[in-house]
Amino acid sequence: MSELHQLSLVELAAGLRARRFSSVELVRACLERIDRHQGTLNAFISVTREQALREAQAADRALAAGSAGPLAGLPLAHKDLFCTAGVRTTCGSRMLDNFVAPYDATVVARLRAAGAIMLGKTNMDEFAMGSSNETSYYGPVRNPWDPALVPGGSSGGSAAAVAARLVPAATATDTGGSIRQPAALCGITGLKPTYGRVSRYGMVAFASSLDQGGVLSASVADAALLLREMAGFDPHDSTSVDTPVPDYPAELEQPLHGLKIGLLREFFDAGLERENEQCVREALRVYGELGAELSEVSLPHLPLSVPVYYVVAPAECSSNLARYDGVRFGHRCENPRDLQDLYRRSRGEGFGAEVKRRIMTGTYVLSAGYYDAYYLKAQRVRALINEDFIRAFERVDVLIGPTTPTPAFAIGAKTADPITMYLNDIYTIGANLAGLPAVSVPCGFVRGLPVGLQVVGRHFSEARVLATAHAYQRATDWHRRIPRGYA
Amino acid sequence: MSAWETVIGLEIHAQLATQSKIFSGSATRYGAPPNAQANLVDLGYPGVLPVLNAAAVRMAVKLGLALQARIATHSVFARKNYFYPDLPKGYQISQYELPIVAQGALEIVLEDGTTKRIGVTRAHLEEDAGKSLHEGLPGVTGIDLNRAGTPLVEIVSEPELRSAKEAVAYMKKMHTLVRYLEICDGNMQEGSFRCDANVSVRPQGAQRFGTRAEIKNLNSFRFVERAINHEVARQIELLESGGQVVQETRLYDPDRGETRPMRSKEEANDYRYFPDPDLLPVVLSEEFIEEVRRTLPELPDEKARRLQHDYQLSAYDAGVLSASRELAAYYEEVVRAVPREPKLAANWVMGELAAALNKENLEITSGRLPAERLGGLLTRIADGTISGKIAKEVFESMWASGASADSVIAEKGLRQITDSAAIEKVIDEVMAKNPAQLGEYRAGKDKLFGFFIGQVMKATGGKANPAQLNELLRRKLGG
Repeated sequence: MSELHQLSLVELAAGLRARRFSSVELVRACLERIDRHQGTLNAFISVTREQALREAQAADRALAAGSAGPLAGLPLAHKDLFCTAGVRTTCGSRMLDNFVAPYDATVVARLRAAGAIMLGKTNMDEFAMGSSNETSYYGPVRNPWDPALVPGGSSGGSAAAVAARLVPAATATDTGGSIRQPAALCGITGLKPTYGRVSRYGMVAFASSLDQGGVLSASVADAALLLREMAGFDPHDSTSVDTPVPDYPAELEQPLHGLKIGLLREFFDAGLERENEQCVREALRVYGELGAELSEVSLPHLPLSVPVYYVVAPAECSSNLARYDGVRFGHRCENPRDLQDLYRRSRGEGFGAEVKRRIMTGTYVLSAGYYDAYYLKAQRVRALINEDFIRAFERVDVLIGPTTPTPAFAIGAKTADPITMYLNDIYTIGANLAGLPAVSVPCGFVRGLPVGLQVVGRHFSEARVLATAHAYQRATDWHRRIPRGYA
Repeated sequence: MSAWETVIGLEIHAQLATQSKIFSGSATRYGAPPNAQANLVDLGYPGVLPVLNAAAVRMAVKLGLALQARIATHSVFARKNYFYPDLPKGYQISQYELPIVAQGALEIVLEDGTTKRIGVTRAHLEEDAGKSLHEGLPGVTGIDLNRAGTPLVEIVSEPELRSAKEAVAYMKKMHTLVRYLEICDGNMQEGSFRCDANVSVRPQGAQRFGTRAEIKNLNSFRFVERAINHEVARQIELLESGGQVVQETRLYDPDRGETRPMRSKEEANDYRYFPDPDLLPVVLSEEFIEEVRRTLPELPDEKARRLQHDYQLSAYDAGVLSASRELAAYYEEVVRAVPREPKLAANWVMGELAAALNKENLEITSGRLPAERLGGLLTRIADGTISGKIAKEVFESMWASGASADSVIAEKGLRQITDSAAIEKVIDEVMAKNPAQLGEYRAGKDKLFGFFIGQVMKATGGKANPAQLNELLRRKLGG
């Protein structure tokens, strides 16, 4: 029998139900691995050891009694921007270093209700702003494939923890690629659902019209299992959509024969590294063999997605982060002289450089005299990008392309130039602007580093997107590769 | 006549009488201990999201319909961004480019009795901010977020008001309207109904508006009138002495009776409005709007017209009696007791009753004197049991004891004397007691007639039927 950490979430669920091992054993195994590798990877901000063991004991009793939920006894980690009652939620920021939420995010509550056990909270770029996990107040996360490299971001802690098999799966969020890009860079599966599919209640907001909770896991089947529990309408989130949640795991095995796959011409641009492109082309060949019909499609406005994103997201964040004022929670400066001093120093000390850069950008694009030229224009282009996608989906069922232009890069390599850093999300941002579901799966290696393949689908077509990606994982074994030292 | 014309526009803030807040489930009751009615959403905690209270939308639609305005089938909440300790999220959720109500109007009655239609530019939904507390907190500022998130409708008038009196008439009319609609309790002391006044002056006949000052947070009709009058005088004086009005926000100090500029922090505030991505646009169907229309009560103007027509009242009386639904209902219940005397009922409700309530600082809704009791009293005037004068005495007893008119009349023996023989007997006695006056009267001093009336009334305790007494006395004195 494989060691527990080598099993997928689906396999672990089956093993727990068959009583081949207990939840306590599984949780202990995970905690041991976290202890062993946290020093290298820095994937966690908090580890909830005692709570996890207590919950594991309860899960074992429920499993024995036959009253267990669908995720009973399965350990998970949560990105540290999902509020967890009684366990601090830092958002990777000094601003929230002392913040303990008095409530559970809907995602956390639903997973808990399904029986999942929280192992801890994962490291992330500060307020989810970053593509390398280097903006965290708690230090960078390292890529399990090479500790000199970034894991991607902003969900870098969740991605590294899953890639190193410290946990079988973790929650994450994706505003411009923050699930898919680290999934690609860490060689795992990352699912960003349709905007509105998963409740944002209790997810600390970065850019409200783009943020969407999802999962990082070892396989598409694992992601499907988790999504079924996470998804669904939440009366606390007006932007969550009241549409039935399919049984995603049951819909994974759809044949690909006749599936129309669109190759996004704009994704195969000059920025795409040649070896990366080769991996993606090879994956497309596999799809051809599986019976899918491939054709090229063009989304003419897609190249504008990065500039549009860097107007819309900062605008929303400048407003969303105004609540961190040192008055009610979070960091408060010592001995403020007056109100202005309280604001200036609390925010000046509490936020890091990238967050400040985006607040300033956002404030600028919303100010009188610039609103029309930036914010309004960006919203218009966003609508055009959305229309491009809708038109493309009249011809094809899914769009496939690379997740990122290059594999993981070195820690520190892009921190000096924010624009190069921002361009790392060039292929992922479109799905956020249009609110589409997308998944990234590993599709090969370049210089020993994983490469991601992205599948994007129509609104609320998660079942289709997952089935498409799952068929690829049935035909390949890239997703089974575990970095050396963690196998 | 002044060489200057005053131009005023009002922004009225009415707190909507919903059970819970506009974007959270917290209660909106006034007077709770600080922060007892502020939940995580009101506190702006990380991760929380607003959810729109449908009752607030319904109330705004009601108002719009009553103002004969256009109800937007698509309106949008926007964020108004600014930092202030009583604003937990660092932005206020309001409506900006697409308000729920636009292009309405309200009719006011001017001093000369004519009516004037005042345009309502828009009315939009928004959340109220919290309050900063200073009293009893030396050296620090307390924050009470109970009010944060209380639903408000901000009603913006066109700059069509031309005097402080017109502004007050408009505000009073709006106050009446929101209470008719039962969308606002109208309690001005508690801040449920307040306004900002935009005031400017321009030379008579000028087309262009002068530079305006905005006077913030006026929470009584008296303050509105005084603040505007002071501001107008200040601006005219400034302009006539060669100065210029600065566009600014001012505060009215009721103790000193003047307006003065607010701190400069308010200057050049850029609110960076943008659509709130946490909330969907408010989409209303025509069916919903029609359904709300069917719930509208009889509105003040309609009611006044009906009272005037049905009861032959003057426009003034009808206006006073329709000032609130409760007052009008009371009046109509009194009239049911004396259907042939609607004017008598109006006089009593607006006169004795209003004065008595006023003296004890009570509202018509206090139930202090039920309408059927007052109706009982008026019935006895109408059927001649007591005179109007005696009725006032009966009213006082009723007010003091809560007894019915009939029991007061019986107990005190106030029934009017209508027996001619009895009245004649008293007249005879009075004449016998006052031979000198009788002589003078008969010698031609007609004025003494009143003296004899008085003497008889005194002797009967005011109970002699006045008409009968008049006739009998004239006959007897004439000899």
